[in-house]
Amino acid sequence: MRVELDFMAVLSQWPLLGIGLAWTIGLTVVSSLIGVLVGVTFAWARASGPAWLRWVVGTYVELIRNTPFIVQLFFLFFGLPALGFRLSPEMASVLAMVINLSAYATEIIRAGVEATPRGQVEAAQSLALSKMQIYTRVVLPPALKKVWPALVSQIIIVMLGSAVCGQISTPELSYAANLIQGRNFRAFEAFIIATALYLALSIAVRKLLNWAGSRFVFGR
Amino acid sequence: MIEFSIWDIFRNLLLAGRWTVTLSLTAFIGGGLVGLLLLVGRLWATRAAVPGAQKAALVVSRLLDGYIVLFQGTPLLMQLFLAYFGLALFGINVPAWVAAAVALTFYTSAYLAEIWRGCVDAIPKGQWEAAQSLAMNFGEQLRHIVLPQAIRIAVPPTVGFLVQVIKGTALASVIGFMELTKVGTMITNATFKPFLVYSCVALMYFMLCFPVSMVARMLEKKLRNGR
Repeated sequence: MRVELDFMAVLSQWPLLGIGLAWTIGLTVVSSLIGVLVGVTFAWARASGPAWLRWVVGTYVELIRNTPFIVQLFFLFFGLPALGFRLSPEMASVLAMVINLSAYATEIIRAGVEATPRGQVEAAQSLALSKMQIYTRVVLPPALKKVWPALVSQIIIVMLGSAVCGQISTPELSYAANLIQGRNFRAFEAFIIATALYLALSIAVRKLLNWAGSRFVFGR
Repeated sequence: MIEFSIWDIFRNLLLAGRWTVTLSLTAFIGGGLVGLLLLVGRLWATRAAVPGAQKAALVVSRLLDGYIVLFQGTPLLMQLFLAYFGLALFGINVPAWVAAAVALTFYTSAYLAEIWRGCVDAIPKGQWEAAQSLAMNFGEQLRHIVLPQAIRIAVPPTVGFLVQVIKGTALASVIGFMELTKVGTMITNATFKPFLVYSCVALMYFMLCFPVSMVARMLEKKLRNGR
């Protein structure tokens, strides 16, 4: 038997793919910025917060890390309206991605924070730096530097996970591919092209973040 | 309309959970076997290739690198769709569970091969050289000297990855495989209680994954203290 592939039928719908790609990038940028910020805060809470706060954050981290992203997304999108919180698909997607990433980021950053030598914190204390200053200026930069590769990998995993958001009709890349295959029945071709775009995106994001990390986040 | 009690919901989810477990184990075992092949292929390409076969070794190692980049750099959901629609393209009518098992096996194999390569790389080079100086061939070096040491450090991250596999099976619901998430969605559609049902679904996954996470962490601690 012969298999005929018609990629042009899919590529001719490039405006749809472009919009999907833009949404995927947008979702990833917003949720990784917020997610890492939350992760930094939670990592502080887990490493040096009061006991009850440590417990709360620890439970949050375990709950999120031991349930699938798609269930978290469905819970937010389908489950919360029952309590009166109605979210748009896009909001639910961002929220789910932030929640998911922040839990992993907390653990990753905490590992870096705990690896900071005690002497550095004591030295900073002896210079009368405030707690906040010690964490953001002394502890965090080398910690982030240490765990940056793991953090970048996690951001990419969350970006790839965002493909699931199409299931609640967020107009991201996999949703665009689904839309195209619904129009011309070229399912295989549509998903091949979407997959290739995701692959290119994940390679580009890794390059970009590796560069940006050394340039802006921990410096030198 | 049939009334669903909480127990009905829970019981149906439990029954569906069997399929989540089955699919996870299938993917984990299948992925482990394929991953082992990938690992041996890569090690062969970097260590054992005889002078005549260096070109072949280079091709093999490039291909295997590409395989891993491909599966780690694309969404599992897309891999599932491609397995589902791709196999259908050849006139094979694949049931959802076959497509899901195939896609998850490949996905798992790429990650396990990468995890295990890291473990093998952690074995000092001198061990390989010592084995070589005892006139062991590549297979013997691997079987008697390197793998027994590598397996010890490979167990905790491998168990940890099982959690990712279990969570990954949730995506099989999208192509219609009747596992935990899919059945949860169906019960939601019948009962109009999304909050309750998805809470139960999440709880089930947690009950499956959390013990595995704990075991992985315990093994890691044991390994660290043992050295």
